[in-house]
Amino acid sequence: MEYKDYYSIMGVERDATQDEIKRAYRKLARKYHPDVSSEPEAEAKFKDVGEAYEVLRDPEKRAAYDELGRNWQAGQDFHPPPGWDAGFEFTGAPGGRPRGGPGEYGYSDFFEELFGRAQAAGSGPRRSANLQGEDHHARVQIELEDSFHGATRTITLRVPELTPDGHVQARTRNLKVRIPRGVRPGQQIRLAGQGGPGLGSAPSGDLYLEVEFRPHKRYRLDGADLYLDLPIAPWEAVLGATVRVPTPGGTVDLTIPPGSQTGKRLRLKGRGLPTKPAGDLYVELKIVVPQAGTAEAKEAWETLSRQADFNPRARLEEDNA
Amino acid sequence: MNTDRTLEGDVLTDDVRFSIDDVCRGCRLEIEELEVLVEEGIAEPRGARRAEWRFSLRSVRRVRTAVRLQRDLGVNAAGAALAVELLERIAELERRQR
Repeated sequence: MEYKDYYSIMGVERDATQDEIKRAYRKLARKYHPDVSSEPEAEAKFKDVGEAYEVLRDPEKRAAYDELGRNWQAGQDFHPPPGWDAGFEFTGAPGGRPRGGPGEYGYSDFFEELFGRAQAAGSGPRRSANLQGEDHHARVQIELEDSFHGATRTITLRVPELTPDGHVQARTRNLKVRIPRGVRPGQQIRLAGQGGPGLGSAPSGDLYLEVEFRPHKRYRLDGADLYLDLPIAPWEAVLGATVRVPTPGGTVDLTIPPGSQTGKRLRLKGRGLPTKPAGDLYVELKIVVPQAGTAEAKEAWETLSRQADFNPRARLEEDNA
Repeated sequence: MNTDRTLEGDVLTDDVRFSIDDVCRGCRLEIEELEVLVEEGIAEPRGARRAEWRFSLRSVRRVRTAVRLQRDLGVNAAGAALAVELLERIAELERRQR
């Protein structure tokens, strides 16, 4: 088991006052709260900070922790010396915490070795012997293509679970989940009975998975509609053309009308996400110009510039006149 | 617990509605606590009377976030409501930026 340096996790000195510890906790909790933070590993850091605060805010636990001495290094292999906790009241009577709190996220082995396992929170007037389990929520990231074809994703959850003797223990669960075709970002998949365990004979809660799409290199998404930037050559824009366009459902031929400008939007009906009804795919034209390159190419452009009766800035000059 | 079984779920769309009991049970809330969150505008149920309240999926998500923020960060309901709205605004801006 690894030793945890709660003072360094909280970024406070060993002689910090309770007020300093509380301030440090509030600040770190705001920084790493899983609902707020975009930092990687935010949840793990939040859990560490919550556990450190759980110990340092409680004078009894803090004194017992300090008793271990200051010579331990974070991560060092640790076993509590025999009798280290003599005289501290929490021994044998863990829990008594308010409902929820950091314990909901689970404690480390180090914490549990020292202070015992947290009891399942049992307070609250609505609690009875038979209480349906809490609903759990998690996110699942999928590719855009998964919505077109359907997919199976394995998701890993760290969830607190109730052991038969009434303790809470953080466990890792791997779930294989069918991602149905036509699912959209922000939609939720409900897995009945996969949430928190019920108390007594009550059924488990449900697990809600919120679907997120990873950013796609080609398509942007708005609701069920997709947007694709399609580069075209100047002559294709002027003369019109039929070009091959990739769509998630396969390549299609698209007719570009003569005289198309950059930003013109062409709609491929029903080529968006396969929802009911299906979304559309909007192709946005973007004229790209080649380098003049060879002398012949340059000559051809010069001929064009002499022969074309075209002033792209006519509107600007009118406005200034 | 690992399982090789592939789980099939149902997809919930924005028109699913949850009753007050669903929300209180799912979020481990007392009815009075949920009422405070409704007063703050975190959740806007349809239905005139409490017994008729029906919550959207989005409302339930906002309630869950607000409950966690209150519990973990020590903010009150009004502060949690503000944070939830700012978080949604950030998410929307990030989505548009992509």
